Amino acid sequence: MFEILLDATVRAGTPILFATLGAIINERAGIINLGIEGLMLIGAVAGFAATHASGSLLIGVIAAFAMAFIAGAIHAFITVQLRGNQIVSGLALTMFGIGMTALFGRGMVGLTIDGFERVAIPGLSELPIVGKAFFNQDLLIYFSFLLVVAIWLFFYRTRWGLEVRTLGENPAVADTCGVPVNRYRFLAVTIGSGIVGIGGAYLSLAYTPMWIENMSAGRGWIAVALVIFAGWSSPKALFGAYLFGGITAMQLRFQAMGTTISAHLLQMLPYFFTIVVLIISTLRLQKGAGQQPESLGLPYDREDRK
Amino acid sequence: MQLITERREISSPLFRFSAPLISIALALFIAGFLLLAGGVNPLQAYREILIESLGSLYGLSETLVKTTPLIFAGLGVSLAFRMQIWNIGAEGQIYMGAMGASWVALFSGIDNHWVMMFAMFSAAFICGGLWAGVAGFLRARWQVNEVIVTLLMNYIAILLVDYLIYGPWKDPKGFNFPLTAQFSDTARLAEYFDTRLHSGFFLAIFCALLLFLFMERTIWGYEIKVIGSNPKAARYAGMKTGLAIFTVLFLSGAIAGLAGFSEVAGLQHRLQHGLSPGYGYTAIIIAWLAKRSAVGVVIVAFLMGVLLVGGDSLQLLWQLPVAFVYAFQGLILFFLLAADFFIQYRVKLVRGGINV
Repeated sequence: MFEILLDATVRAGTPILFATLGAIINERAGIINLGIEGLMLIGAVAGFAATHASGSLLIGVIAAFAMAFIAGAIHAFITVQLRGNQIVSGLALTMFGIGMTALFGRGMVGLTIDGFERVAIPGLSELPIVGKAFFNQDLLIYFSFLLVVAIWLFFYRTRWGLEVRTLGENPAVADTCGVPVNRYRFLAVTIGSGIVGIGGAYLSLAYTPMWIENMSAGRGWIAVALVIFAGWSSPKALFGAYLFGGITAMQLRFQAMGTTISAHLLQMLPYFFTIVVLIISTLRLQKGAGQQPESLGLPYDREDRK
Repeated sequence: MQLITERREISSPLFRFSAPLISIALALFIAGFLLLAGGVNPLQAYREILIESLGSLYGLSETLVKTTPLIFAGLGVSLAFRMQIWNIGAEGQIYMGAMGASWVALFSGIDNHWVMMFAMFSAAFICGGLWAGVAGFLRARWQVNEVIVTLLMNYIAILLVDYLIYGPWKDPKGFNFPLTAQFSDTARLAEYFDTRLHSGFFLAIFCALLLFLFMERTIWGYEIKVIGSNPKAARYAGMKTGLAIFTVLFLSGAIAGLAGFSEVAGLQHRLQHGLSPGYGYTAIIIAWLAKRSAVGVVIVAFLMGVLLVGGDSLQLLWQLPVAFVYAFQGLILFFLLAADFFIQYRVKLVRGGINV
């Protein structure tokens, strides 16, 4: 019973994990991206379409990354090069994503593909309790583990990572040190967006291998809140995403057990918990736990440099 | 040769006024290509939109019917924008307003029309206000990000209404459809000219007028502006910023909640699934396009009404998903943001580059 629940937790948490990781990369460079929900949908529809056309899951994932990368470039151009309002641009991106995916996805409703299958890692998957949940999963889940580590290493063990973090803290300093502020911010937004797109592809290629209009159902917004919970750190994002995976898994379990509690009330739980978690993490942030990038949300203009 | 940008001494007034129009035109242009890719002739589609929404008296009345909730929600969102507070939750506040009004209509047993209207109006006002007030309280007390809270509460509000109409409030004679029983005549707003146009529209216009006076002619309106543009200065001047944030979000949600009242009392006469097809999200664009002015909200809400009525007919004709309208609205916002850049900066081509 516990093993099944843990397995469902990881599967339900993975799309949120990808989305949160992508959002962290955005915000580390100082750009708020409220387009996460739209980017997930773009990834989901692009991944599904490419896989359906080519028969290859890999091509699907690459297409999801690429399309979300391109859509993210709109947000990047507006917020970085044109110094536009990041909140409005992100909201516009979400609306654009919802509308575009509804338009291009309408021919794909009801189609089926062979989604990602489980691949057991010899040895590790036989570990008691956690073995099945973490090491008898599909390749995208293993990729998400790698990504968590890679992003952490990038930010804390490489020069580029340090430079990108400086962009979020104080772009003027980075500029003075010769870091190409706009180019790096642009890349952080687009690559981060691409990773969010993979989270969307996880939904349409692995979680429920089909396309449903608006299938992200608010996960992108949960991810935006989780970035604060995670204190802009990728390992904590893993923990946060699984927390929400767990709530979703438990809620689905309750429904499957035929509880008398209304399904509509149970479905509220993840959103409700996100708000609670957001309050707690905001309070912790004010007490000095973790650090919000200092220049988050502020456009940078070299002329304003002091 | 190098492109450089340079801040304008004064923003170009010509560009400032024409920017929204240019943005809409460019969005129409790009959306045309998207329609083409989706297998629809854009010129035919645009013609269809205009004919359906403005080409007849009935079409016009339908456009005004859709304009009504958009005005309420747009006013609510723009009030919060004035203070640099982001209320992304108008959608949920509409649902909560509709829920409050329906509760009164279905269960209060009031038999006087005017008392009933007043009670439904107040219930919607309070429910919408409290829903946004939660985010207001959290923001004022603990600096919790109101964008995320208001947005997530949309999902909760819609699920709450779903719970009621699939459960305790379901019409026993409704063949198991997710809707409540029809309201009695006491709980309905007046309709005009044999169309679906109802007095909610005039209430919305009146509301816009009140809000205009409030923002431009009272000390509170002034305080909201000051707190929005410079919270530090506002605090030094002795303004209670925390209380103001809560009050403004409460009012913002309350006005959006009135959209819910006008929808159930004037148009749908019951609480049902999907009672708002995203009016609350369109309201964000309206507030931004209207530059937070109450009069601007009415004008832009009408334009969006045209788009929504047209969008409905496109759905019937070419099976275009209703959500396509969102893509179009997203494009308008993108172009508007880009236009803001050209209002503030000028772009120059410099020979040989410059040395900094």
